[in-house]
Order: sequence, then C-alpha cells, then structure tokens
Amino acid sequence: MKTMKMGRRVLMAAAVATFGLGSIAQAGGHQVLDDVHFLIPGGAGGGWDGTARGTGEALTGSGLVGSASYENMSGGGGGTAIGYLIENAESNYGTLMVNSTPIVIRSLTGVFPHNFRDLTLVSGTIGDYAALVVPAGSDIDNMEEFLAVYDADPSGTPVGGGSVPGGMDHLVAAMVIEASGRDALGVNYIPYDAGGTAMAALLSGEIKALSTGFSEAVDLANQGEVKIIGVTSDARVDAAPDAMTMAEQGIDTTFVNWRGFFGAPGMPQEQLDAYKAAIAAMYETEEWEAVRARNGWVNIHNPGDDFQSFLEEQETVIGDLMKKLGFL
Amino acid sequence: MLEGILIGLQTALSFQNLMVVIGGCLIGTFIGMLPGLGPMSIIAIMIPVAITMGDPSAALILLAGVYYGAIFGGSTSSILLNAPGVAGTVASSFDGYPMARQGKAGKALTIAAIASFAGGTIGAILLMIFAPMLSSVALLFHSAEYFALMVVGLSAIAAFAGPGQVTKALMMTVLGLIMATVGEGALFNLPRFTAGIMDLQSGFGFITLAMAMFALPEAIFLVLKPKNLGEDGGDIKNLRISRAEAKAIAPVIGRQSVQGFFIGVLPGAGATIASFLGYAVERNIAPKAEQEEFGKGSIKGLAAPESANNAACTGSFVPLLTLGIPGSGTTAILLGALIALNVTPGPRLMVDEPQIFWAVIMSMFIGNLVLLILNLPLIPYIAKLLAIPRNYLIPFILFFTLMGAYIGQNNATELLLLVGFGVCGIALKFANYPLPPLLIGFILGGMMEDNFSRSMQLYGGPSFIFERPMTLVLLLVAACLILLPTLRARRGKKA
Repeated sequence: MKTMKMGRRVLMAAAVATFGLGSIAQAGGHQVLDDVHFLIPGGAGGGWDGTARGTGEALTGSGLVGSASYENMSGGGGGTAIGYLIENAESNYGTLMVNSTPIVIRSLTGVFPHNFRDLTLVSGTIGDYAALVVPAGSDIDNMEEFLAVYDADPSGTPVGGGSVPGGMDHLVAAMVIEASGRDALGVNYIPYDAGGTAMAALLSGEIKALSTGFSEAVDLANQGEVKIIGVTSDARVDAAPDAMTMAEQGIDTTFVNWRGFFGAPGMPQEQLDAYKAAIAAMYETEEWEAVRARNGWVNIHNPGDDFQSFLEEQETVIGDLMKKLGFL
Repeated sequence: MLEGILIGLQTALSFQNLMVVIGGCLIGTFIGMLPGLGPMSIIAIMIPVAITMGDPSAALILLAGVYYGAIFGGSTSSILLNAPGVAGTVASSFDGYPMARQGKAGKALTIAAIASFAGGTIGAILLMIFAPMLSSVALLFHSAEYFALMVVGLSAIAAFAGPGQVTKALMMTVLGLIMATVGEGALFNLPRFTAGIMDLQSGFGFITLAMAMFALPEAIFLVLKPKNLGEDGGDIKNLRISRAEAKAIAPVIGRQSVQGFFIGVLPGAGATIASFLGYAVERNIAPKAEQEEFGKGSIKGLAAPESANNAACTGSFVPLLTLGIPGSGTTAILLGALIALNVTPGPRLMVDEPQIFWAVIMSMFIGNLVLLILNLPLIPYIAKLLAIPRNYLIPFILFFTLMGAYIGQNNATELLLLVGFGVCGIALKFANYPLPPLLIGFILGGMMEDNFSRSMQLYGGPSFIFERPMTLVLLLVAACLILLPTLRARRGKKA
C-alpha cells in the first residue's frame, strides 16, 4: 500500500511536469503546417513565454497549424537557448524560438557569443513603443519642461527603469537625451529589477522620471497615476491619442521593442516559407485578435528580409549609443 | 463598505464559485508541495484556465485558492523534508523540520495551517479596512530603507549562532553573500564571477541551492540514522496542540500577522523578508530559556514565519489593488491576469469597479477558510509520508530534489550544480557549520546589493545613511539584533 502511494506521487509529479512544460493543442482546418515546437529562452510566466504561448494559441486555434508544443529553456538570459538552437540546428528545423530586443543588445556587449545573423530570421510579430513618464502630480507636462529641469541639475534628475544599466530602458532614456542635443552620458540612470518596483520608486519620489514600455505607461496613465511626456513612436498611438511623440517635441528619435521568432541556422527554404505564411495569415484571424487584445500587444509584422534590415538598423543605433555610453 | 462586503460574499458564495475555490486550493496545495513550482509558476499555469472562465470574480477566486494552496503546499515540503521550494518558506523549515524529526510532524503541519490561516485572514481584514490609506505607506520606503530592511532581515542569522558557533554562522552568512554576487548584478550589465559559463549568467538558482544545502544533506544523514524518520517517539499523525502551546503561539501569530502584513505592503520587501524578520523578532522577544529552543523545534519559531509569510502575501495586494504596482513576482503575474480580464487595478478600481475589489477580498477570506477546512483532515495522511521506510523515502527525496532543481529551469546544468553544492552542503554539515545562514545571506544578498548600489548612485556616496533618518534607525536596530545575543552570551559566560 505504501508503494502504491509512492507510485501515485511519482505519477502526479510526472503529470504536473508535462502539464507545466508542454501542452499539445489540436485543431483542423486550412492547415499551413502540421506542428510547431516553440523554444522559449526563459521561464514560465515571462514576456517571451506569453508571446510564444499566445502565438501558438492563435495558430492552433485558427487551424493554421495542427498542433503546438512548448519548451522553456532558461539560462544565460536567453543565451543557453540560442546556443542550443545553433548547436543542434539540424534536428531543430521544426522549432521556432521567440526573442526580442535584448538579443541585439546582449550580442553587442558580447554576453552572447552569437548574434541574430547566426539564426534564420522568421518574422518580427509584435512590439511595444517606449515612453517617458512622470508622476501625475509633477510640474512637468512635456519634454521641454523635463529638459529644463534636467539642464538645471542632471545628476539630481534621476531617471529610472526596469532594466540594468546598458539595458533597454536605459538606452531609451539615453537616446532621448542624445537626440535632444545633450550628452547621453549625463543621464543619472537608476536601475530597478522589475517594472513594478521602478514604478513604486517614481511615485515615492526617489526618481524624477521613468523610462518604461508604452502599453504599461498607458495603463498607469488611465488610472491617473502618471503623465506620459513622450512616446518613441513615429506618430501618435490610438491607445493614448493625447500622448505626444518625441518627434513632435523636436526630439528626433524612435524606438520599438519588438518580439519575434527565429529558426535554426540552415533551415530549408520551404520550411521557412511555411512559417512566414502561417504567421502572415495569423494576423487576419479573430483568434489572434483575441490574444493580441488580451495582452495589449501592438502588431508590428516584419517578415524575413524586412526583419533583417530592421535588426541591422537597430543594431547600429544601439551599438553607437552603447559605445558612447562606454558599455562597448 | 457593508454593502460591498455583501456583494462580494454573494459572488463568492455561489455554488460554482465554492467549487472553484475548493478545486483551486487542492491544485495549489498538491502542486505547491513540489519544489521548483512555487505560487508564481502555478498561477502562471492556471491563468489560461482562469481566463476561459470568463467571469473576472470567478477567475480571481480560483487564483486566490491556488495562491493560498501553493503557499501552504510549499510549507509542507519545508517542514516534512527540509526542502523549501520558495524563499518565503525557508524560515518555516528552521523549526518545522526539527519538529518533524522529533516525531511531531502532524503537530507542525497543524501549527503551520493555523498560523497561515490566521496570517491570511488578519491580513485580509487589515486590507479591507485600511487599503486606501495604506497606499501612501507603500511609497514610504526608498531604496535606502529597503537596504536597511534587508540588513535587519540578516539578523535572523543570530538564531543559528549558538554557543561556539558565532564565527561559523558569520562565515556561512558571508559565503551566502558572496554566492549572491555571481551572475549579472544590478550595477553592471556584464557577467560577474561566471568563469565564462553561460548557465551561470543569471546566477545560482535559489531552488538548486536550497535543495543542495537543506534537503540533500538531510537525506544523506537519514542513511546514517538507525531509525525511520517518524519513529523517534511521538505520534506523527497527532494533530493536537495543548492549551499551553496554543496560549504560547497565539500572541506570536497575532504580532507576526500584523507585522508581516505591513512588510508585505512595501513593494520591494515581500514574504521572504517578512518571514525572516518575523523569525528574528520573535526570537529576540522570547524569554531566554525559549530562545535556546529556536532552530531546534520551537513552536513559536514555526508559527512566526508561517503567519508573517501569509500576511505579507495578502499585504502585497495593497500596492497591487490601490496603485496597480506589483510588489512581487506573483503579484506581477496576477496583474497580468487581471488586465487580461479587462480589470486594471489602480486608484480608480474601488470607484469604478468596487465589486471586483470586494470579490478579491472575499475570495481571500474564503480561500483561507476552505484551505484550513480541507487541509486539517488531510494532515495525518500528508504526515504519513514520513512513515515510509527509509529505503523508499531516501531515494524519493533525492528524486524530489533533482526534479525541483530541474523543473523550474529545464536546464541540466542545475543538476550538476545541485550535486556539486550538495557535496559541499554535506561536508559543511559534517563539520557542524549551520547552513541556514548561508541561504539567508544568499537570498538577501542580491536585494541588499541592488538597493545599496541604487542609494549610492542617488546620493553620490554613502551619505544616505545619515541623510535618511529611517535608514539610520533600521540599521541601528539591525546592529542591536545581531550584536545583542552574542554580547549577552559573553556576559553570561563571565558571570
């Protein structure tokens, strides 16, 4: 009887493991592909995880792909999964790895021995602009006023963000200051380990402004907690029509934090075409619209070659800035 | 407010929602027992289920059940196997596991269940009454104060500095702090002390270290023991708590529920700090004879972190609901779930959608109550795990620790690290070095460094220590908590 009990426990653990680490969804219809295996370079519950699972949900739900499976492979801030995909390329042509802006940043710093050119570029799928926000009660209403305060005392105007120095939030703040004709090195950037603690620091007055994702900024602005003083988009975004872009305020800079999918190097052309076709068709489905709306994502579709030129441009802009800041 | 409570109760008490909360509690408890799957991952797994339910109240009730269940489940593995799966339950193993080894597993689990229930419920009452007022408390602390608070949390190590062990405990703490520096720190975006190994870039995993330092050495020590775990005398299935014991732990639970709640309100602190601080404070205010008991199976030492931990989890809902700020990984995931359900937490939540606010509060009460009712009858069966003969139990624990280290990361390097650190852990234990200070130092080290470096950058040097009075006070408190017991011991020796 006691062994029985053990057996049940082991079974339970195994069941949990399968449930937690991978799930198979089934659907019929106008299939483009039989199955997709998503490789997620981080743990369950993170941004990459949500993107891969959401995309898989829309692809299988709409019948574009027969089934999807998921594998979380943490380590090295994503580097382990990239290395795995390159080393085991031939057995992984059926795999799509999700990644985002940090692959560019971390390849530049040399933290990753590889960069996006070592992979097959499938598609950029979604993105989020960046924004600079101040507390709702602040005297600052726009970038001009912020820069006036900044000029008076740069080191006494700390700007916070949810990434390490040299990470995305820092680079956005530095990019904005640089584009306004000032020295990016003057930014007193204070790093926080997550967006939530950075936001608390803004409201508690520890930092003067916060560099953050646009969709998060919109949620907080709608709650009446912060004012968005500048967005890094080309034109105003529908979700917050009152929020001015940086360009409108004479600061000529744009930035998109993209997320997208990569394949193993040497992926056969027809396989790559099938992936691109499935993702392109996905945008038209209501299943995708439901997933997108639920997560507040912005559709930014950048297939294949467009993705390549987009990444190269981002790499140049970020690389120049990081050299200037002394991170390279 | 009464109206709100009634609306909330009406929603929460429907037949469907009761079934949902019971299901959530059971799932949470059982999955939570597995190290490597803490509340955060379980909630992440359950979110799609919750969202397909459509109704935000029902979804929240399900997630509350899962959340409380997972916290309790985590305590279970801490107490029975010395295998804390999340940082918040490390302190529960300090006295819970010695109790289990003394044959009081049933009693330990009962105390944990009752203390958790009380912590959660008292927390929910405080949340209900004071939430709007507390949003300003949540913003009271700057990085400087968080740094000082982490130093106060470190004072929990004093409990392990028994006679002749002060130096050993300090050495272990410093080792833990050093280990916390591996990986990318907040100050640099470059790897530190990783020896070029990519898998070390995110630092050592908490679970790997906890399993290697706590669970593995214990499992190996079982081999050396002549008897099975539960056979040291006493009845492991006995849940009874004597009146004297109840009287002893009641004030502890009361104090720690309130203290834990307020620490939980601070977005940068959370359940782990609350449980360490709760443990340290209760040890310091206990009578001298009882202080010796801490770390060796004190019921107070178990009740304190258990109530503080749960109350802090409830407290972390204050910044989430009133400011829309997630103070912990778990509340960040919950925030994602709320937004997916078209509910945006923030100052306007109580005005725009009071029924959601009240449904959350009511689901906390019901989740806690259902958990207690479900778990008390289950405790004898859970405790019987220890009655499994050693030749089955030891391989089971080994499997359990390996799985725990692997499951969170899906990375085989964790297994190598687990074995490597496990050997170190066993050697240290043989040499009679206390291992909890190592883990406390490791857990607090990272947060301490981040907050310290932020403060240094904001103030251009260490002047924040004197410029911010609250920081100074907290640091002085920490100094007293760490130094007093040793000074007292030294004076006692002289006299």
